[in-house]
Amino acid sequence: MNLRSLSGSGAQKPLAVVKQGSPALDVTRVRADFPILQQEVHGKPLVYLDNAATSQKPQRVIEALTHYYTHDNSNIHRGVHLLSERATAAFEGARDKVQRFLNAADRREIVFVRGATEGINLVAQSYARPRLAAGDEILITAMEHHSNIVPWQMLCEQTGAVLKVAPINDAGEVELEEFCRLLGPRTKLVSVVHVSNALGTINPVRDMIRAAHDIGVPVLLDGAQAAPHTAVDVRELDCEFYVLSGHKLYAPTGIGALYGKAELLEAMPPYQGGGDMIRLVTFEHTEYNSLPYKFEAGTPHIAGVIGLGAAIDYVSELGMDAIATHEDALLRYATAAAADIPGIRLVGTARDKAGILSFLLGRVHPHDIGTILDHEGIAIRTGHHCAMPVMQRFNIPATARASFALYNNEDDVDRLIAALHKVIEVFG
Amino acid sequence: MSDLRDLYQEVIFDHNRNPRNFGALQGANRLARGHNPLCGDQLTLYLKVEDDVISEAKFDGHGCAISTASASLMTERLKGMKVADAEALFDSFHDVLTKDDAPVDAASLGKLSVLLGVKEYPARVKCATLAWHTLHAALGNQGEMASTE
Repeated sequence: MNLRSLSGSGAQKPLAVVKQGSPALDVTRVRADFPILQQEVHGKPLVYLDNAATSQKPQRVIEALTHYYTHDNSNIHRGVHLLSERATAAFEGARDKVQRFLNAADRREIVFVRGATEGINLVAQSYARPRLAAGDEILITAMEHHSNIVPWQMLCEQTGAVLKVAPINDAGEVELEEFCRLLGPRTKLVSVVHVSNALGTINPVRDMIRAAHDIGVPVLLDGAQAAPHTAVDVRELDCEFYVLSGHKLYAPTGIGALYGKAELLEAMPPYQGGGDMIRLVTFEHTEYNSLPYKFEAGTPHIAGVIGLGAAIDYVSELGMDAIATHEDALLRYATAAAADIPGIRLVGTARDKAGILSFLLGRVHPHDIGTILDHEGIAIRTGHHCAMPVMQRFNIPATARASFALYNNEDDVDRLIAALHKVIEVFG
Repeated sequence: MSDLRDLYQEVIFDHNRNPRNFGALQGANRLARGHNPLCGDQLTLYLKVEDDVISEAKFDGHGCAISTASASLMTERLKGMKVADAEALFDSFHDVLTKDDAPVDAASLGKLSVLLGVKEYPARVKCATLAWHTLHAALGNQGEMASTE
């Protein structure tokens, strides 16, 4: 290959690469699966670009909830009646789906939690807390969501451990050399975001995991933003823990999953006490249940788990590779179109990036951009995106953020761009 | 459907582009900082109070068009006001934006009535009230940081 063919012409759009066995996404058909998208907002067809806050739900997920409450609602695991058997089968069936979705080795490694936040708190309190002494270190990055900062700060207060933060560069990429330099004999756990919700950066998690493992440090990946965008293989990644939130993955709110390597989960004490997580209770002694039930105290969000299973079926049938290809193409299209808007500044320009366009527009405050876009029927996010330290890193109070999901198309981007021109007109 | 122009009136654009009384005030004897954690807006309000009268009022910081215009209009209005009257104005302004049944006294609101458009935008009410919460804190000596939350 000569240099000319490598550089190409700037105007040429990169060809979408679809892996074999993964047909390209039929977005028109996909959009029809999401009833909420068929509405008008302020008299204009809804363009929903706030997917990094939460995604919309396909009809199949909504029907899974309706079916459960209409036909199968009952408590799980201990019922002797038919409804309880059906509910239990659906609940545990969803665990198998999450296991396959993450390619975990064993279904016992999938713990249902309320979301990525609870998953991180569980690891902080059950895995890390008993192992930490004063002066030990937890390593995160400067692009973490508050959910991957605050649980560690609380843990540091409880144990005297120290939170270390690997810096990011102006493009919003982790400075890998600094990250490696911060890994040391006191590091007891690395916890990093897989895909940044504020910047879109895809972290080089394989390199980070390898570097941590080289000195025997376990790694937790916060996959809340990655799981809806890309295929995740926890065995290939070899991470010790992985957390995801259902609501960003087209499933209901209030449900998520924690993956943990079985030998680690086995060695951890329960996170919460209560029903279902026990085998035997007397006032003198309680024997805990086996994995994963040891970590699932109380009646869980059964409908949510079933909805999560339905959402995983939905995205799996479409194909995670096809979804990633589609969202990547849309991000490139949007990034190119945004470049022509006068005064726009993208915040987060990592080479490896997923589905998120965070930006500033001249002197117009993001909050004002959001209100004007809302009037055009376009839902975006404005603010710090639960990542205040990211805003501090770039010395800005907030950004406007458009984030893409599998049902967004180029028309949505065109509407966004036209509306941003209107913002300039209004504030000109 | 409410019209965007009801929210973004010309006066608001004008005060956003050219905020009045912007900058630190030398010799201020009351100061408070305001913060809206939802959008990151921050402002510092400086007052000079002499014999229970606000003789000078200035602000600085960064915020959206609504919060900047609100702070600008507020500082214009405060100059020469008695502290008790300023507190009363805070109460009535806050009520008119946050309570459905609060009476609108257009005469006493005067120019501030351009901010009434935010009533149709619940997410933006706090933008308009940030400066006023900060005023309340500055006058009441409720510590340094006022918050919309």
